[in-house]
Amino acid sequence: MSIAHRATGSALYAGTLLIALWLIAAASGPAAYETAQWIAGSILGRLVLFGYTFMLLHHMVGGLRHFVWDLGHGFDPQTRTNLAKYSVVVSGGLTVLVWIIALTR
Amino acid sequence: MLSNSSMRTPLGRVRGLGSAKSGTGHFWLQRLTAVANLVLTIGFLCVVLSLIGKPYGAAIATLAKPQVAILMLLFVVSGVVHMRLGMQVVIEDYVHHEGLKILAVMANTFFAIAVGAACAFALLKISFGG
Repeated sequence: MSIAHRATGSALYAGTLLIALWLIAAASGPAAYETAQWIAGSILGRLVLFGYTFMLLHHMVGGLRHFVWDLGHGFDPQTRTNLAKYSVVVSGGLTVLVWIIALTR
Repeated sequence: MLSNSSMRTPLGRVRGLGSAKSGTGHFWLQRLTAVANLVLTIGFLCVVLSLIGKPYGAAIATLAKPQVAILMLLFVVSGVVHMRLGMQVVIEDYVHHEGLKILAVMANTFFAIAVGAACAFALLKISFGG
């Protein structure tokens, strides 16, 4: 899970380029924004955004686990295993929740 | 384990800001921005969700609202500072060639600043027009 935290962090690092491009498109005018929205709404675009959402939330929930450790708790093997399981379940659940909201709007 | 090249005790060597001369600054800023990102990311997701299905004019009007623009700016700044620190640790762990490591750490800083500046400029342009 620690390597997953690094992997998701590295993916989000590259993903900031997408946020920058999207904001630049919005700042450039209606035509550029429509193009950006079209790309984001395509099947490939949605797959990338779904992956981005999961990695963002996985990194966020994984970060909470690091706060627990930073405060000096949760170092025993059982708690570590549980935290790893919870982080996948919670981040997966939050991702599905965000996408239910996104697709029903 | 200890080098004999110095007469100084281990405690003497780590006092003040330690061998890296920056003390716990990196560690602390990583945690500080992590706490900020926790709140700001939730805000960012809410903004993005609120923009779904909106035509250009309405989306721009939302992004230009002061509370939205300020949230987005804070998200971008805290985000790029956090990712720069995180990537620096990854580089220092995996790149062992000294020259290459310095170049990678420099490139990392340039990337973070460039992305941060691009996002900030776009957000300000949306807010102030022109």
